[in-house]
Amino acid sequence: MTLDALASLLLIPAIAAATLALLPGYRLTARLNVLATLLTLLSAVSLFVVEPTSGNYLLVDDLNKVFIVLTTFVGFTTSVFSASYIHHEIEIGRLTPVFVRFYHAMYQALMFAMNLALVANNIGLMWVAVEIATLTTVLMVGMYRTHEALEAAWKYFILGSVGIALALFGTILVYMAARPVIGEGQEAMVWTVLLAHAAKFDPALLNVAFVFLLLGYGTKVGLAPLHAWLPDAHAEGPTPISAVLSGLLLNVALYALLRFKMLLAVNPAAIAPGPLMVTMGLISVIFAALMLYRRRDIKRMFAYSSIEHMGIIVFAFGMGGALANFAGLLHMTMHSLTKSAIFFAVGHIAQVKGTQKIADIGGLTVTNPVLGWGLVLGVVAIAGLPPLGIFMSEFLVVSSTFAREPWLTAILVLGIVIALGGLFLRLNSVVFGEPKGTTAPAEASYVPMFTHLGIVLAAGIYLPPPLVSGFRNVAKLLG
Amino acid sequence: MNGLAFDIAHLLAGSLVLVSLMMLYQDRLYALLNVYAVHAGVLALSVAWQALIQHAPHLYLTALIALVFKAIIIPVVLHRIIVRLGIHREIETAVSVGLTMMAGIGLVALSMVVMLRVTPGADALAREDLAFALSVVLLGLLIMVTRRNAVSQVVGFMSLENGLVLAATAAKGMPLVVEISVAFSVLIAFIIIGIFLFRIRERFDSVDVQALDRFRGERR
Repeated sequence: MTLDALASLLLIPAIAAATLALLPGYRLTARLNVLATLLTLLSAVSLFVVEPTSGNYLLVDDLNKVFIVLTTFVGFTTSVFSASYIHHEIEIGRLTPVFVRFYHAMYQALMFAMNLALVANNIGLMWVAVEIATLTTVLMVGMYRTHEALEAAWKYFILGSVGIALALFGTILVYMAARPVIGEGQEAMVWTVLLAHAAKFDPALLNVAFVFLLLGYGTKVGLAPLHAWLPDAHAEGPTPISAVLSGLLLNVALYALLRFKMLLAVNPAAIAPGPLMVTMGLISVIFAALMLYRRRDIKRMFAYSSIEHMGIIVFAFGMGGALANFAGLLHMTMHSLTKSAIFFAVGHIAQVKGTQKIADIGGLTVTNPVLGWGLVLGVVAIAGLPPLGIFMSEFLVVSSTFAREPWLTAILVLGIVIALGGLFLRLNSVVFGEPKGTTAPAEASYVPMFTHLGIVLAAGIYLPPPLVSGFRNVAKLLG
Repeated sequence: MNGLAFDIAHLLAGSLVLVSLMMLYQDRLYALLNVYAVHAGVLALSVAWQALIQHAPHLYLTALIALVFKAIIIPVVLHRIIVRLGIHREIETAVSVGLTMMAGIGLVALSMVVMLRVTPGADALAREDLAFALSVVLLGLLIMVTRRNAVSQVVGFMSLENGLVLAATAAKGMPLVVEISVAFSVLIAFIIIGIFLFRIRERFDSVDVQALDRFRGERR
């Protein structure tokens, strides 16, 4: 394999993971972590300039370019946030230097696994990558070693493993379906070859395979009723990991699901995957929206909001068609950026106040105006109010599906409105009202948060034409 | 495929389901581990037989991994962990044995119905093996659901992985990459679990997952 951008997407995080595991001193390693993610981002962007050749193992096409750039970008900004977050954690003694070394190595290993899952052309390789990503995040969720963190990590590990096992069974079934057509061996697991021949596969086998894949990867996407691991894992792990989980890992699992959906789409006799995805998406939206009301932990609340938004995205992709797919992609991008920005804010807020309980946080706009208003902006964005990007993508999801299935869209809108109410109810007490808790100024890095929110705001007002045409291409690919 | 080769493959895969069902009603940790060792041993035999009749030498490696790693090393290590933790007494099952067995039989029937119906095109052996493999996977899930003890949940998960290996070998000519990855994932999973067990021990003096439940997220 020549040393092109594709290789460097995998090699940089891999080398960085090994190096960071060995180096002492958290100041240096935090900087190296940022540097490594920056280099990965640069090689991701270079994919648009020179497209490397795809082989039997690795693949670059219009679909995964979008995911790769989004992943590496949020990976980079999160590493910047992580540097200041970790600095504070060390100072208050919540983490020891040994754990920080471990944390940075795992962060890079996670980046490696996510990039591998995105560029894998072999469905077996993709599965392995998602499994590695799961294992690294399990370790990071349990890092604080409190009762709650251990319980969250254990739950995540068990549910994640079950999901991953079901996904493997589905992968084997896809191979079984492909074997009579393509022949034995390597070729029958290569996604591009599968796509070329999928029309001739046995539809019944493909149907069963998709059900397993939907349940398996759907667990990792956080679709209700398979979401139980998600709120705990988000609430108990270090906040940078919550940002990466919500912003990126859920997308990667969704990407795997979309690849298989494309296989089914070209087979005329197979079931349409759409209705299954629409149903699970709507259940997730309604369920998560209702759950927002009784939350007492701020990180948990935004974890439920992630379930809601993944539901909207899966709904959009399930409806299918060029416009709904476009809306789904846009919503996914906007959600990743906004949700990670919110977690950046929440991470610093929890550090300043020393608690994650909503009841103990109050009057942030008075005590920490920058953080408080940042959170307000983030919540306004995530709730889908104009003029921010999520308003636009939600509007597109609704308008593109309303003509086809008015009732389903009505349910979706109901879910979005319920969630909006829940979010603002809690936001009100957190950012306005009587100041509670310590009023110490925050030593925070605001750049990542406001960069994300700025992009979301800009996207809500004006989408550059190259971006629109790029997304449109991908939407067409998705069918 | 000649009759005897098919019959033996069928027998071995069927035995794997039977051993899975046996795991359902074990109420002691030691016994559960022993049955798991048998489970892995049967898997090793089954995979080796597949290697022979499919003329696929790389499958012998998978069989060897199943035999050495899953049938011998893991049970021995888990034995020692159990002794060290002092939890070698009874397992608390969440649901009664009778109900669990009924559910298990139902799951086996379900997987037969599902898999045999959708694979009329595949060869007979692959069909049967896939149906058995799905049964083992579902029974593994059932074990994980019905147990509260962390060690027995792990054993349930490992039996589930055995079902996946059976499925992967039944899918004739499936690239080696997957077999290795399955074995590898078990290894990683095991290391992690080991770490977890020790951490849980350190914090709770118990590996009963119910102890963890008390600290669930928001009930503070």
